[in-house]
Amino acid sequence: MTSDVIIVGAGIIGAACARALASAGVGVTVIDRGTTAGGTSSACEGNLLVSDKGPGHELVLAQYAASLWRSTVTDLREQLGDGFPSVEFDPKGGVVVATTTAGAGSLLEFVAGQRLAGVDARVIDAYEARGLEPDLTARIEAAVYYPEDAQVQPTIATEALMASARLYGARLLENTPVLGLLLDSAGSLIGVTTPAGELLGRRVLVAAGPWSGEVAGLLGVRLPVRPRRGELLVTTRMRQRIFHKVYDADYVGAVGSDDGALQTSSVVESTGSGTVLIGSSRQLVGFDARLRVEVLSEIAAKAIRLFPFLADASVMRSYGGFRPFMPDHLPVISEDPRMPGLWYATGHEGAGIGLSLATAELILDLMLGRPTRIDAAPYSVARASLAPYLEAVA
Amino acid sequence: MTARLLPFLDDPIKPAPPTLVTITVDGTPARGVAGQSLAGVILASGTLGFRRTSVLGRPRGVFCGIGVCYDCLVEVNGQRDVRACQRRAVDGDVITVQHDRLPSGDVA
Repeated sequence: MTSDVIIVGAGIIGAACARALASAGVGVTVIDRGTTAGGTSSACEGNLLVSDKGPGHELVLAQYAASLWRSTVTDLREQLGDGFPSVEFDPKGGVVVATTTAGAGSLLEFVAGQRLAGVDARVIDAYEARGLEPDLTARIEAAVYYPEDAQVQPTIATEALMASARLYGARLLENTPVLGLLLDSAGSLIGVTTPAGELLGRRVLVAAGPWSGEVAGLLGVRLPVRPRRGELLVTTRMRQRIFHKVYDADYVGAVGSDDGALQTSSVVESTGSGTVLIGSSRQLVGFDARLRVEVLSEIAAKAIRLFPFLADASVMRSYGGFRPFMPDHLPVISEDPRMPGLWYATGHEGAGIGLSLATAELILDLMLGRPTRIDAAPYSVARASLAPYLEAVA
Repeated sequence: MTARLLPFLDDPIKPAPPTLVTITVDGTPARGVAGQSLAGVILASGTLGFRRTSVLGRPRGVFCGIGVCYDCLVEVNGQRDVRACQRRAVDGDVITVQHDRLPSGDVA
């Protein structure tokens, strides 16, 4: 069987890329060692955020993505019909709160930079903040409202993008791990090998999230994607008391950090089913998914700092996942000059749900040789900031 | 499916004579024996579904029965979010069925 593009990974990045390519008439086969949305895409919060990004290339990509979500949700509904579950797109907006004077200073400085970069970031006073979130702590040193922040149910969004891709003609092979690249006698890429046999394709796109480093290794190249563990708490259903995505200003520092040790930062929001999601943690512990009570307890304590009423809330469950962490904090969206035909769409760390649509548009334009809507060079695997990590070939 | 309480004289494990407890579920009395869970008392009283879903209004009650699914949450003596399958019935317990509207509003 021959495809134009073989996508390795049926998470939201693979699904979005499959949909973009297939709708443009490109022959696509998606393979995954498990099932659709079986990894990070079903172990996260579904953030579509601009608020946590400072000026730079990730923000540019997030702004591009933000411009695509609303119309894509409408298109998916029209294509898939009312029988398909809602992706729960909720343009709820974000509220960032600093509870210390030091935190307030860095938040306001951060916001000034974001505003210059075109982010709709509105500094609000404590009274306005409690107008948006009546149950917020009284200890508000600074607060910012971000109307552009939104959320989707990430598992359903991934399934919807994949269902749409299949309607456009993409083929999906689940439970099919990639074993290696298939090369012709001249050493050119002509497909991949799987336990089910050879799959022929002119291009192979690695979209395997935190497992992309392992997949790249199987394909004979080095790619410095590492798993960064995150954990969340889920309360029982309650009367809605949280109306935006609300987080502590120190979250931005945690997102941008390189520290492998445990970091927790409060992120709190309601879901469509009436539960409250409480995050977040970041820890470089490999693929070790053991339950860490000390992480959950720190997350809970910090959430109560933002919303004191949560002290009486009942936690129903916790879950965790792995973010695809890049050493220079930018995703890789490009062909690999070391192996023509091998492409990447990975390394989005905690922002992959939101960035998926823009990533897919870039991949489509790059593969078709068309001009891209934003400059794609910063996301190239050949960028200078990645060079130190690419030297050793596996 | 029907749930029932085996009369203790017929019970092959020959338990000690039971102590009766009476609880109320949204004001309606239900009788059981000491040692039963709230879910056990409610099921044996003939009630399988004690709350309704928000979208289709379907009945829900005990699903897993072992404390995992959180489908049987009830308010007990004013305390929310108690798993009926994990709490022993105490004579006089006042059970109130919980219902919180969805953020988008209930359909049913």
